[in-house]
Parts: sequence; structure tokens; C-alpha cells
Amino acid sequence: MVKSLIASGAVIDGFTIGECVHQGGMATLWSVTHPDIAAPLLMKIPRVAEGEDPAAIVSFEMEMMILPRLRGAHVPACYGSGDFARQAYVAIECIPGETLYRRLPALPLDYDEARVLGVKIATALADLHRQNVIHHDIKPSSIMFRATGEAVLIDYGLSHHNHLPDLLQEEFRVPFGTAPYMAPERLFDIRDDPRSDIFSLGVLLYFFATGMRPFGESETMRGMRRRLWRDPQPPRKLKSDYPPWLQEIVLRCLEIEPGRRYPTASQLAFDLGHPGQVKLTARAERLDRDPLLTVWRRRFNQGIMMPRPKSDIAAQLAASPIVAVAVDTSEGSDETNAALRQTSERILATLPSARLACLNVLKLGRLAIDRTLDEEGHNKHVDRLVALKHWASPLKLDENRLTVHVLEAVDPASAILEFAGVNQVDHIIIGARENSTLRSLLGSVSSRVASEAPCTVTVVRPQHAAGFAQTKDDRDMPPAF
Amino acid sequence: MLLALFADVHANRQAFTACLDAARSRGAKRFVLLGDFVGYGADPEWTVDTVMRLVEEGAFAVRGNHDNAIGTPSETMNEVAQAAIDWTRGRLSATQRAFLADLPLTREEDDRLYVHSEASNPVRWRYVQSTTDAARSIVATSAHVAFCGHIHRPALYSMSATAKMTSFVPTSGIGVQLLKGRRWLAVLGSVGQPRDGNPAACFATYDTETREITYRRVAYDIDTAANRIRANGLPLWLAARLSQGR
Repeated sequence: MVKSLIASGAVIDGFTIGECVHQGGMATLWSVTHPDIAAPLLMKIPRVAEGEDPAAIVSFEMEMMILPRLRGAHVPACYGSGDFARQAYVAIECIPGETLYRRLPALPLDYDEARVLGVKIATALADLHRQNVIHHDIKPSSIMFRATGEAVLIDYGLSHHNHLPDLLQEEFRVPFGTAPYMAPERLFDIRDDPRSDIFSLGVLLYFFATGMRPFGESETMRGMRRRLWRDPQPPRKLKSDYPPWLQEIVLRCLEIEPGRRYPTASQLAFDLGHPGQVKLTARAERLDRDPLLTVWRRRFNQGIMMPRPKSDIAAQLAASPIVAVAVDTSEGSDETNAALRQTSERILATLPSARLACLNVLKLGRLAIDRTLDEEGHNKHVDRLVALKHWASPLKLDENRLTVHVLEAVDPASAILEFAGVNQVDHIIIGARENSTLRSLLGSVSSRVASEAPCTVTVVRPQHAAGFAQTKDDRDMPPAF
Repeated sequence: MLLALFADVHANRQAFTACLDAARSRGAKRFVLLGDFVGYGADPEWTVDTVMRLVEEGAFAVRGNHDNAIGTPSETMNEVAQAAIDWTRGRLSATQRAFLADLPLTREEDDRLYVHSEASNPVRWRYVQSTTDAARSIVATSAHVAFCGHIHRPALYSMSATAKMTSFVPTSGIGVQLLKGRRWLAVLGSVGQPRDGNPAACFATYDTETREITYRRVAYDIDTAANRIRANGLPLWLAARLSQGR
């Protein structure tokens, strides 16, 4: 192995080495500068000297392959890398501040603070999974936050990239990772299921709002294996004021069988973002763990973990989209609404893990001070919610697949776009502009949504009887979208 | 330098043409031809002529078991393959047959090895079907990466400094850096008779600077290639399997 070239003042590939800022078990971190890069930088150097853990080399190789391919606010930007032939390193953006590990003395956090952290981390995970990467080491010390609030996931040494060789595949005889956070399927060497990260985030959420780790701190194989059959204490047993919606979410993340967890991190973020709409099941109220008989059955019938074909992360995400449908509840939109329902039904029928968010925009006046009560004293917001649920009822969706949202906004298109962005919506279904002169003059909500949305948009237009579809005025108008 | 690597053309003119065009349009500077130019397909004369011309222009070529069977009949070949070889032998000129017989079994270039089947004993024409097979090939050479074909299914194996193996089915179009710290065996898919369920022709590019290999799939005129097989009286299964990719 080549002797380390790293010392304060040394220059490697244009990076000038500064101070050593962290000495970890697998790597050291140095502050570095580069004349062409204004951002503060860190250089991560693996520990590869004689006698060091060979795991350090392999996990560094993974990080070196994965980091340069990652994009976006939820990962540190990568500015360069060097291989083992000369000096192995990755040069990455220095995220100021501390990891979430620093919050441990403050645990338990209050529920809403834990919820908000959960939304941010789940959003970051969803972004990572969309890039075909499973983190596999989600824990407080892997999570940082930008000044703008976004969670940043660091440390990709144990990660899996669906389109790259998995160098950790045969490297270790025991699963490698952080035992308290490790998903049960990892004990069977399954490394290609993104729901393993959802499990780890469930452990973190459980821990942060109760102060207790759901599976203890055991690092032994025996201690880790218990989670294959033994479910954790329901948080409500530990804290009587623990909210049922949070228990519902956390215990769903901690399901032993990956298929019973949230199908995607986006869907988890969605529920954490709308706690009032979480469909409560028996999980939410539980005060005890599963009865011993169930536990024994699990222990001796581990069919759930039978070998299965390699999973395709992108296909799994695509099968579990968040679909938002914008429904106009005003008079005279029945035809469009029926067409919207039919389109939604078709999409949901092919995707059993998809969920549907029904949106309605309650338009606020630009100048007048708005009142949510109309002149007859009805609460307009509640009326709209009722109307949305009524619209959705023929779809006969499980409640955990359906949410309804009334967005109060001056500009309907912006409200829908914002909802789609914040909630990581994958597909918007919206009615086309009605054929009226007034709507034409105001511009079409659907055309703006279609052109500016961050995702797929389906614009639905009801079929008209022949001969009545277009008036001369309409033909002179530009198309609706 | 960007290399383009092709394995198991099997006299499929349409597939080979499509792959060569795709490689040229990507700026490939050197062509590496990993054997089995003939057998199964209906255009052996054109294929061998094309390979001879490419070699004259600087391409590297190695001999495959079907190329070998033209001059040295194989005892282990199945009936269908044998029928195709017997038909092919009658189509090739003496010059073409001599060209195939004289091809080397392996070629080395810098830290790369080119071989048709695998590196431990090329003349035995063993298939690489597992990490164990791949490990046997990797330890037999000092090359950083060996490129082979033969099995008609793309795969990428690596061995770490501590002799741990990894296996991987590459995603087409996505480059993988062959890290320097380990040694690699890149098994190419087939140009002319893919068997991994994807009927598109398969080749690979390798950038010698960045050490990045990219497996690529190219759509080609399968109907014409299959019709040529039928029109020449070759076994019908050889035509049918092209559209199934198996």
C-alpha cells in the first residue's frame, strides 16, 4: 500500500490539505481548499494502513463509486476522488453544523419536533431512493441539516446502488452496519430493498420520541436476530401520551416483513406531513407486544424471508406513487369530475401500492379579508372536505390509500404545484379548462400545472357529444394545455 | 482511448452492423473482437470479411470455439450448433478458414486481457457461470481486467485484494468504474444471439482513462436476420430464438 500523502499543507489534485477535523474508525476527515471551488470542502481519507480493518477499503470503494453520482440538496456534493493507486480520497462539500447524534442528550424530543425531523429525513431518503441508492446506515450520526432545513444524508460506505456492483455483497460473513438500526432482512444478506432504510428511520423516530431504542443496543448476532420474530414494545406503553397517529406510523416502519412497511419513503413523509389524516389501525392503540404464540410462529416459520429475485428499486418506487387529483367541487363540474374519477380509478387499479391525495382549492380573494364562514355560517373548508370524500367514495379505496386536502390559496395553480412539490407527488390528475370565455380569459389552471409541475400530469377532458364539443370561439382560442 | 468490445457475433450481419455503427458514433477508437464470429447465423462470409478488414485496420481479435470448430471439428457441440458449423464450413473460403484458424486464443494490451471463454484454460472453452468460475479466471491472469464472452449473458465480476468476489448483472447504458484496487472479469453479452431475455444486440465500451465500462444494447433488424437463417435452411430454432433473446 502506498504511504499516505496526507499532511497539512500538502496538495493533492489541486486540493490543499488543511487541518484534520475528525478521526473516525474507518476514515479521517480533513478540511481542504481548492482555488476553483468556493464552497467549504472536506477530504475523506480511508484508513488503509497495515492492520486496519479491510472493511475500511471496501466501504471506501463503495463511497467512491456512489458519491460522484449523487445529486441534489440531500447529499453532500462531491468534487473529486482519487483511487488507491496513489492516494484514496473523496473531496466533498463540508456541511456546516453537527449531525443529529448531538441531539441524543436532549431525547426524548417532543412529538411534533420528532415528526418534523421525520418528514425531513424521509424526504431525503425518498430523493436518495429515486437515485437508485439505498443508504443502509440511517442513524443519527449519518444525518445533518442544511441551514435551509433540508436533511443531508452522509456516509455511503455501506450503501447499495442498484446499477453498480455491490462490493459488500460477499465481503463479510455477518451483516455489516449499525446493529440497533438494522432492518431484519439485512440479517439474510438482502441489500437491495429500499424499505430497509424505512425500518431504520422507524427505529430513529421511535428512539427520538421515547428516548428508548426499540431493539436495545445489542451488537451481538443473537441480539440482532431477535428482531426477526420479536416486535418492539409499542411506544404508547412507554409513554401514555404518545399520539396514536405517531405509533401507527412508527410501528408500520418497524414491521418485520418489508411488504407491510410503507412502500416508499415519500409515502412515509406524506403521512408524517399530514398526521391528522393518518389512517389509524389496530397498531395505533396497541399497548402490548404480539402474544407469545405469534412470536413463536414467526420464529419457527420464517417463510417471509425466503429467497426472492433481485429487486429493482426504480420499479418498486414506480409501483407506489403518490397520485394527486385536483377536483373542482363547484356546480356544473360533474362531467369533468366523473372523468377524473374514471382516470384515477384506472391508474390506481394497476398500482395497489399507490395512494391518492384529493385536492380542492378554496380560493381566497386577493384583497378582502377572508372568512372561512360564508354568509349562512357554513364552514366552507369543512364543506369542501365533505365534497371531496363524497367524490372519492365510489373509488372504494382503503382509507390508508386516500387523503383529502383543501388548500386555501389566492392562486389555484400555485397551490397545486406547491402541494405537489412539498409532498413529492409523482403524478397529478387535473381537469382541462372548461369551455367558457371567462375561464379562457383567466387562463387555465391545468395548463400551468402541466407546464410547471415537477412530475407527470394527466389532463382529463370529458368526452362531449359529437357536434357540441367546440364553439367557434373555442376554436379561436389556443389549446387548453 | 475508448474501446468497443464485441463478443459472439455468430454471423448475424444485421446485429453486428448495428453495433459497429453504435460504437463508431460513440467515438470508439479501437475495436476488440472476442471471438465466435461464425456459427448459428446466416452471414458468415460477410462477417469474417468484416472482421478481417477490422483487424487490418488495427482491431484485436481472438478465436472462439465456433471459429475453432471450422478447422477442428468439436466433439462436444450440440446437434444444432454442429449443423450450423457444417453449413458454415462450406460457405467460407480457404482464406477465411485460415484466418479463423490462425487467430490467437488470447491477446493482452496494457493491463487488459482479451479471451473468448475465460482465462484459466482458454482452449477448454469453459463457461463463466458463477463467482467460483470467475475467480478461477481472475487468478490465472495478472491483468487488471479480462474481457470475455462465450456465455451470451452479460455479467461483471470483481475480486478484492483479500480475494473476496462480487458478481453483478450490469444495467445497460450505465457506466461502472472498474476500480483499480481490485481485479475484474467483464463477461460480455452477445452481439448476434443474446440469451439473457433481451433480444437487443449487446456490446460494451471501455474508456481506458477513466476505467469505465458501459454495457450497451442496440435494436437491430431481427426479422431480416431470422429470415436469412430460414432461407438458408439452417435449423429453425436458430431463427426463432433471436426474437426471444434466449
